[in-house]
Amino acid sequence: MIRPGRMFLKVICSFFKKPATSMYPFIKIEKPAKFRGKLKFYQERCIGCKLCMKDCPSNAITIVNVGQPAAQNAAGAEPQKPAEKKFEAIVDLDKCLYCAQCVDSCMKKALEATREFELASLDHKKLKVKI
Amino acid sequence: MAKVTIPIGPQHPALKEPASFNITLDGEKIVHMTLKLGYNHRGIEKAAESRTYIQNIYLLERVCGICSHSHSSCYVQCVEDIAALEVPKRALYIRSLVGELERLHSHLLWLGVAGHEVGFDTLLMYTWRDREIVMDLLSMLTGNRVNYGINTIGGVRRDITKDQIKDILVAVDKLEEETKYYAQVATQEVTLAKRLSRVGKLSHEDAVKLGAVGPTARASNVDRDIRRDDPYAAYGEISFKVITDNHNDVYGRTLVRIGELLESYNMIRQIVKNIPDGPITVKAPRRIPVGEAVSRCEAPRGEDMHYIKSNGSDKPERVKVRAPTLANVQAVAKMLENGYLADVPIVIAAIDPCFSCTDRTTIAVKDGKKTRGLIEWKDLRKYSIEWYKKNEGIDLSKIKLQNEK
Ligand code: SF4
Ligand code: SF4
Repeated sequence: MIRPGRMFLKVICSFFKKPATSMYPFIKIEKPAKFRGKLKFYQERCIGCKLCMKDCPSNAITIVNVGQPAAQNAAGAEPQKPAEKKFEAIVDLDKCLYCAQCVDSCMKKALEATREFELASLDHKKLKVKI
Repeated sequence: MAKVTIPIGPQHPALKEPASFNITLDGEKIVHMTLKLGYNHRGIEKAAESRTYIQNIYLLERVCGICSHSHSSCYVQCVEDIAALEVPKRALYIRSLVGELERLHSHLLWLGVAGHEVGFDTLLMYTWRDREIVMDLLSMLTGNRVNYGINTIGGVRRDITKDQIKDILVAVDKLEEETKYYAQVATQEVTLAKRLSRVGKLSHEDAVKLGAVGPTARASNVDRDIRRDDPYAAYGEISFKVITDNHNDVYGRTLVRIGELLESYNMIRQIVKNIPDGPITVKAPRRIPVGEAVSRCEAPRGEDMHYIKSNGSDKPERVKVRAPTLANVQAVAKMLENGYLADVPIVIAAIDPCFSCTDRTTIAVKDGKKTRGLIEWKDLRKYSIEWYKKNEGIDLSKIKLQNEK
């Protein structure tokens, strides 16, 4: 059966409903718990295996050793202090595709995906950040 | 009257994607159409060869923004097949669940686009509003709205909880109610039903001959669905109907998609009811043994196919992707024949094309030049018969083709 104006009633009813559009950025919707946003790095847990770097599909993460090198003594002698291992993670926020594969790859749970997603910037350089 | 040929595209002929259609007209009647693809060749297959299997999940997921789960499922199935991994049941159910949710959002999107193409933007507003419900569900389950990243080699990355199942059921009930309403709108609203009827005709024979897939084929009464014919994920354990229609036109394709939406709601209910407990992933090796595999998935637009050849390293040697639009796009020329110029956008949109997924390297053949890598149809058939005889021990030479003596 053909009925012209089938949606008419629904459209009229919509005038009395509140808008379906949310008023972002004035009203922010909470992101779900599993959301994959900006990464967070726990320096004390990282052992520098660089598995995260290896598995990252877009080469967005770099782990660098920022610890002190071993103190050098006279030739042949044992170093007094072994090299200190301390790692830093640098992420290109514009390269990262927020897949959180690095989080899965890290056996030491040194990486975590947060719910932070408002990362836009007018300056390209500001997107390379230490996390 | 003299015939004129006009180019339509490559700037969004129907959807906002590049493809060029050269249409020869006699008055406003279409006599002939030629299609030109290749504006958006992204070299994904080549890129996949220089990335590891894990990295490729995310690369191949980005073949399509809408069938992203189908592509990544198809890819991981291939790799799991070569590595002989036994994927846990729970993971398979979660894959099917996300697959069906993907179909929901894709078909709702299409319904809106179809409305838009025929100037019925009210429908677009309503269906896209409802599509948000599915997108929110997907984002809750997987962590993202478009590229879900749920698949990994050997299982899935995120489990679902009891609370989430409750949310899914509530959302599905709401969506089912809305979809039933759209089914009424599509069949009863005179402007819509008349505008879509007898537009873009594709007969059953042509659909079979041109190898159409998905809702395009099913609307021409081709009873074919990979979920039933070659079950993957958890589809072998779910009962569902394959929706077909014999209108053979855009109206039929609309009905098939609406029917599939309603069927998907039932499937989702079954999946969340029967989902078994247990682990969601098995450990996968980084190096995949030598081998090759083909896997197929029923993406919302039709059969999606991936082929992978491995060489024992942690990177594949060859990855081949056949997106559903490539199978359907041949049918568009047939659909447009004897149609009217004004119907071009809706006929193209009716196959739910995705040109960026389809764009592959093309080899132009002209006067026998640049024919490297090309093989004659007869020789290809001979080759395949021999291949099956040697590798599988099956003799297919007795099967005669329709027009073969
Ligand atoms: S973050 Fe994790 S995976 Fe990356 S180097 Fe540190 S320990 Fe290894
Ligand atoms: S989230 Fe993905 S793209 Fe971003 S740094 Fe981690 S692995 Fe790389």
